[in-house]
Amino acid sequence: MDAAFVIATIIKILIVLGIFSALAGFGTYVERKVLAFMQRRLGPMHVGPYGLLQVLADGIKLFTKEDFIPQGAVRPIFMIAPVITAATAFIAMAAIPMFPEFTIGGYTVKPIISDINVGLLFVLGVMGAGLYGPLLAGMASQNKWSILGAARTAIQFLSYEVVTGLSVLAPVMIVGSLSLIDFNNYQAGGVSDWLVWKQPIAFILFLIAGFAETNRTPFDLLEHEAEVISGYATEYSGMRWGMFFIGEYANMFTLGFLASLIFLGGFNDLWFIPGAIAILMKVFFIFFFFLWTRASWPHVRPDQLMWLCWKVLMPLAVINVVITGIVMMF
Amino acid sequence: MVEAIAFYLFAFLTVAMFTITVMSKNALYAMSALAAGMIFISAFFFLLDADFLGVVQIIVYSGAVMAVYAFGMMFLDTTKDVKEKNPSKKIVFFLSGMVALLLVLIVLSPIVSDKVQALYPISHDIGNAEAVGIVLFTKYLVPFEVAAIMLLVAMIAGIILASKRMDESITLKIDQEIERSKKEQQ
Repeated sequence: MDAAFVIATIIKILIVLGIFSALAGFGTYVERKVLAFMQRRLGPMHVGPYGLLQVLADGIKLFTKEDFIPQGAVRPIFMIAPVITAATAFIAMAAIPMFPEFTIGGYTVKPIISDINVGLLFVLGVMGAGLYGPLLAGMASQNKWSILGAARTAIQFLSYEVVTGLSVLAPVMIVGSLSLIDFNNYQAGGVSDWLVWKQPIAFILFLIAGFAETNRTPFDLLEHEAEVISGYATEYSGMRWGMFFIGEYANMFTLGFLASLIFLGGFNDLWFIPGAIAILMKVFFIFFFFLWTRASWPHVRPDQLMWLCWKVLMPLAVINVVITGIVMMF
Repeated sequence: MVEAIAFYLFAFLTVAMFTITVMSKNALYAMSALAAGMIFISAFFFLLDADFLGVVQIIVYSGAVMAVYAFGMMFLDTTKDVKEKNPSKKIVFFLSGMVALLLVLIVLSPIVSDKVQALYPISHDIGNAEAVGIVLFTKYLVPFEVAAIMLLVAMIAGIILASKRMDESITLKIDQEIERSKKEQQ
């Protein structure tokens, strides 16, 4: 293990941490603006030009707000829960190849922190473990709304994880590898090679399960304001709440990268557009898709989510895997 | 060197976590320590280059412990200490200590006589998932299929246990209807 490798890895980690923490803040601005335009409003307008400095104002508020821990809460667990959400969201990013390789001053940079050969499973598993944050937060808060949020976290986790696993199984069978770089290279031949054409059902199932995984509307059950105040986050304030927030937005970007790498051609060049810009466009489109869905769909009830995951999506995913297997065999 | 440090760090963390699981009287501490310990175990697989098994450890046990949390949420007030009733502590400690010692001896004995060899060492020619698959579908095909049948049996049993009166929804009923159906049952 030479020094250059260690230094390069540390720099990559710092860049990923910095960029995605900042993007979480910028994401809130984009989310407000997009939702506002879809609902024929203006959104944040007063702080800075077009409300751009709203991000900064929110950041100052979050950092300086009192860090409050309720008296009846289980202190250590209450304090560590937001860290779990934020940390797992960033750990998951370690195995994602974000851009094509490039060279700076004769040193080839691989824009992936750790290239393990089961990258896809690692990302999904660690992202899944991130739901321990809301669960522990809700159970440690000593608050009825919080524990309802925690109970919803448990059922949501147990429902969507099967669908995620089974929906990516079919693409894995076609590519024959669990490495995200292999997925990318498989689709190197242009738009007609994208896996989304071969596996449209798997793509839709993966996106639906992704909404549940990142806790976005229509599966925004854990902190559904109209029903359970703010769910698991009811008792949180200041930067601890901010960490939940950063984790959620980082997970949205992780999911965007995953969906573009697995189904939408990854960081291969798209016609005349270089690969790095192509993948960014895909990721931001998926991010926009998240907001679009939030603006156009209502929440579902927890029992509807379970019904959807277990009785509709899971059988569809299994049938998709079986058909893929039969087609590949003959 | 790095491997050794990582091994001892995670060995210490795992043992500490499982100690908390056993010793703590608070169900929330016990369950969280269990989840953390299970995830720390995956580090050993990563250290041994068995990435696939390490990831599977994380995925399987994070889901399994989540189900334990659901039970804990339903049966206990997880923010309070559980009052345990163990009248004869000496017997419990003696028996569990002896069983632990016996397990350590069983596991240690082949290492002492230096006969431990990897039957299927990690090879870098084929990937991790492929290696597991090859072993699973050749030498261990029968245990694999038996495990599948056991899981099928458990799944059918679970469906039968849960499916009584599944056609009516409890959430959509109003209270009076629930009361009425309770009386009808009696």
